Amino acid sequence: MAEFLQITLSGLATGSIYALAAIGFTLLWQASQTINFAQGEFVMLPAFFVLIGMHVLGLPLFVAMLFALLLSLILLGAMFKKLVIEPMLPHGTLPIVMATIALGILMKESVKEFYSAEAQPFPALVSDRTVDIFGASVSFQDIANLAISLLVVVALQFFLNGTRTGRCMQATAQNPGVAEILGVNIKRMVLYTFLINAALATVASFLISPIYLAKFSNGEPIGLVAFIAAIVGGFNQIRGALVGGLLIGVVDNLAASYVSAQYRAAVPLLLLIVIILVRPQGIMGKAEGRTV
Amino acid sequence: MAIEEINAGGGILGKQVELTQYDSQSDAQTSRAMVQKAIDDGAFALLGTVYSGSTIVNMLVAQQAGIPQMTGSEAPKITALGNPYIFRTSFGAQKSMPKIAAYLKDEMKVSKVAIAWVNSEFGKGGHDAFVAQMEEKGIEVVADVPSENAQADFASDVVKLKGSGAEAIFVYLTEEESARFLREAKKQGVSVPLVGETTLIGQKVIDLAGDASDGTLGHVSLTPDAPIPAVQEMAKKFEEKYKYRADHNAIKGYIGAYAIKYATELVGELDSQKVADKLHGLTLKAAEHPGVLMDITWDDTGEVSRESFLVGVEGGKQTVKATLPAN
Repeated sequence: MAEFLQITLSGLATGSIYALAAIGFTLLWQASQTINFAQGEFVMLPAFFVLIGMHVLGLPLFVAMLFALLLSLILLGAMFKKLVIEPMLPHGTLPIVMATIALGILMKESVKEFYSAEAQPFPALVSDRTVDIFGASVSFQDIANLAISLLVVVALQFFLNGTRTGRCMQATAQNPGVAEILGVNIKRMVLYTFLINAALATVASFLISPIYLAKFSNGEPIGLVAFIAAIVGGFNQIRGALVGGLLIGVVDNLAASYVSAQYRAAVPLLLLIVIILVRPQGIMGKAEGRTV
Repeated sequence: MAIEEINAGGGILGKQVELTQYDSQSDAQTSRAMVQKAIDDGAFALLGTVYSGSTIVNMLVAQQAGIPQMTGSEAPKITALGNPYIFRTSFGAQKSMPKIAAYLKDEMKVSKVAIAWVNSEFGKGGHDAFVAQMEEKGIEVVADVPSENAQADFASDVVKLKGSGAEAIFVYLTEEESARFLREAKKQGVSVPLVGETTLIGQKVIDLAGDASDGTLGHVSLTPDAPIPAVQEMAKKFEEKYKYRADHNAIKGYIGAYAIKYATELVGELDSQKVADKLHGLTLKAAEHPGVLMDITWDDTGEVSRESFLVGVEGGKQTVKATLPAN
């Protein structure tokens, strides 16, 4: 029982970080029909901004994190929208897919070339002590990861549903034409979405890097898992991405423990196939109609 | 550093050595292409690769071209394939495991052990050699947990190992995965000793895992903390030059470069084939050939025989607990 609890709690902690990246997928999809295949690299890169802040500029950890957040908002939010998405958007989804794949490769190779090809230690944000919960030893780090991720998601939901700007963003996502007629500055709303995605990726980076270590190649597995989580949960629902992320985290750990360590990577993909067959819109997603 | 020293001392047979570096990216196919490129560029000898999964592929290219290759890889299979051009700078896992098994049985009095290993050429070789030794010593393997290369999340692995009732856990992962494993083991409060090889207690792992590496034990072929003045001198020069601490791979590269120099000088001419022939069965004494740092012998398969060390990690530093004789 303690073993099962331990595996489930660890899975929830890791899954909550996947959820942050998965939510970014759903936000960009809703705001601009963008599938960002560089999302994993968006999670990988801010950790290196922190390391540059600490080791090159000599900043303390929390100042370096603010520095990383600011750089991410500029580069992964505003510049990404301006230089990659906006020029590609009129040409449809496929050029954006190709452009984001290329961007992901560029980011990965740049980190390898200009920082290091080797994994780098990344400071943990909380103590590495553990607490005993019904026989399972759970670390403060896991609890903090889960709590911070859930807090971010709740705050995001509140922002989107409880504020005027949030509702304008939702209106833009649902029907940009009507939103514009109603006086919503849709360009600004789309920009906000990109900035929120960059911030989510940055938080995910701060939480996952102490466990995964900061490495140029971290983006691939994170991006893939977050993409699967977004589809499993429902690509058009934020709470779907949250459920998808948590589910994938737990299923991955349970599969490695009770099915087969060698095939652990295949289990989330099997889950994806089952969901697509049984409920194509995802667990929490809504079916979308589209005129062809 | 070794090449610079060799050139400063007059080179090899009066000729200056030109060192060209190729990035294998720890990828087997890339390493094969890079070895081919090195040979096409006229390489006299090859240093590398370290990653066993790459070496097993690229050594065939060097074999076809008849170029001696000094590898840092430790998978047992590498010297078991009858390739007359491959030579280790550090011995294979099949030579390490008897020493580790003896330590587990005689010093630690362990009767049940669990294994965490990476499912790669390197990991499989070490795992099989270790399991065979456990059978021979009568130590029960109570959990056998493979993981994938570049695995990031070790939570479920550690849960399984922790609940297995093992009195010690043998960890045979590559360095980055070892660091992630140690962090997870600390997180979950694993209390039994973690025992491994160079890849568990190397300097890189200590740097990445931080205090999670404290208390680990390992058998190492080479360490900058070896109680041997020549090794410590080399490590000191390395740190002064590159501003970071040498690890076993740095020492392997250093010894490999000097081994090529000494073997070529013993042959007396720049002939790759003759150098490869000369290295088989060659013993280089550190007293006469200081660049090899410790007395070293290559057998007719290219396998190495040399003293080794049992090392513990305390306070983020390796401490040599015992020097083990060559086998």
